[in-house]
Amino acid sequence: MKRLSVQDRLALNKFQLDEEPHIAINKALCRQCAEKPCTFVCPAALYAWNGDDISFDHAGCLECGTCRVACTKKAVSWNYPRGAFGISFRYG
Amino acid sequence: MSDDKFDCIIVGTGPAGSAAAYELARRGLEVALVEKGDRPGCKNMTGGRLYCHSLRQIIPDFWEEAPVERRVEKEELCFLTERGAVTLTLDNEALGEESARSYTVLRADFDAWLAGKAEEAGAMIVTGIRVDDLLWSGDRVCGIKAGEDEIFSDVVIAADGVNSLLARKAGLRGELRPEHVAVGVKSVIALPKKIVEDRFCLRENTGAARLFVGACTKGVPGGGFLYTNKESLSLGLVFNVASLVKAGVSVAEAVEDFKFHPVIQPFVEGGEVVEYSAHLVPEAGLAMKPVLFTGGMLVAGDAAGFVLNTGYIVRGMDFAVTSGALAARAVMAAKEKGDFSAATLKIYGDFLRQSHVFRDLETYKNVPDLLEEPDLYTTFPTLAVDILTDLFKVKGDPPERVRKLVMRHLNRKKSFLKLVKTCWKGARSL
Repeated sequence: MKRLSVQDRLALNKFQLDEEPHIAINKALCRQCAEKPCTFVCPAALYAWNGDDISFDHAGCLECGTCRVACTKKAVSWNYPRGAFGISFRYG
Repeated sequence: MSDDKFDCIIVGTGPAGSAAAYELARRGLEVALVEKGDRPGCKNMTGGRLYCHSLRQIIPDFWEEAPVERRVEKEELCFLTERGAVTLTLDNEALGEESARSYTVLRADFDAWLAGKAEEAGAMIVTGIRVDDLLWSGDRVCGIKAGEDEIFSDVVIAADGVNSLLARKAGLRGELRPEHVAVGVKSVIALPKKIVEDRFCLRENTGAARLFVGACTKGVPGGGFLYTNKESLSLGLVFNVASLVKAGVSVAEAVEDFKFHPVIQPFVEGGEVVEYSAHLVPEAGLAMKPVLFTGGMLVAGDAAGFVLNTGYIVRGMDFAVTSGALAARAVMAAKEKGDFSAATLKIYGDFLRQSHVFRDLETYKNVPDLLEEPDLYTTFPTLAVDILTDLFKVKGDPPERVRKLVMRHLNRKKSFLKLVKTCWKGARSL
């Protein structure tokens, strides 16, 4: 059995990408954050610290809400994607 | 529909929402069941199974027609170290008795079926609509707002899941706290039916449910699960979010590492991952319970935090069904009175207190605290695996008496003391 990167795994899912991001990050707060939990708690690994900034891509979001709960700075403004957009589980 | 208004709008097509819609619709109420996904069930996933007792009260013998996966007749609890495991296995057909059975399910199909039952009963299903806000008339909720659209009703049932944005908008609940929730992550791994049955020693249509405690969560309170579906396995991990943040463990990596654990790998070998999903799990029981009603609104299912994890049993869907059905009962009582104020709807709280929902959560209310014991995930699985490994290993060395062997391990790192302490705590919590 082959090890799958998180991108490989996300590629197996059915998404209807909403061009309008459903999550907004207050990056100024991220710069003050020491732990940056978003970079390891997100099951889709959509958050990364590039040295200066948090990079985030809402495409691939599994809509679990973990980032919002784990963020110690309350920098994540979170909603579901608009109706009919986002993840669509075929198995669940 | 009288005055362009529904009797009840239900938000969310999980088991809570669909059970409520089914109960109301079949009694002739005008019901709208609103789902943000493009079809019912498509936003839902589970790392558990469906205990049938509550749904069979509403739809007797539902398993005859519902898309369930396998009837669980093999329960396993596995204590895991980095390389080894001690597993308890219970095989018993009695687990499959009608009054107590449980099924593994895949939610996309199962939830769509249950929503379909509500639709058959007369509920109107509206998909692809994200509810953005509630409509108010004074201190009473009187409908929902989705984009520019407004839909009115006597009552709204928020069955919109663990993140329940509606319960927050209504001021019934604050932000979720990291110590109160866990993140569950799952891979569905396709395998031929015969291989699933052979690998788990199962008869046709019966299934196995295996829970893991130990190294899989890398010291973080939580656990692993492996369920057999008809032609796939559900494999995944659950982490308490507050502990996860402290530990700095990468969820996406840990869940893939789990697949390659020497105890797991033979089960999944040759399988094809077909889906990767994640969800928050409310795990603090009554400690995280929101206010369950206000004028014109009720909260049910995950949105109300109705999940019970005892460490060996994980239940949520059966609570969802019961709370949805009881919310429906409360709506009917309010309709009879023609009064949808908080004073009338508080009967929902009474119904819940008389039901298994509160009884079960109350009985196990100290378990979340027990499950935070770090030794459960490190010291104890290691102890079990090491003692049994030394017991079974034959190297030709001078023999060690069993009692001495056991005490040698128990004396390591104050293990004995920790074990006694945790057993005592466990005995009081469970």
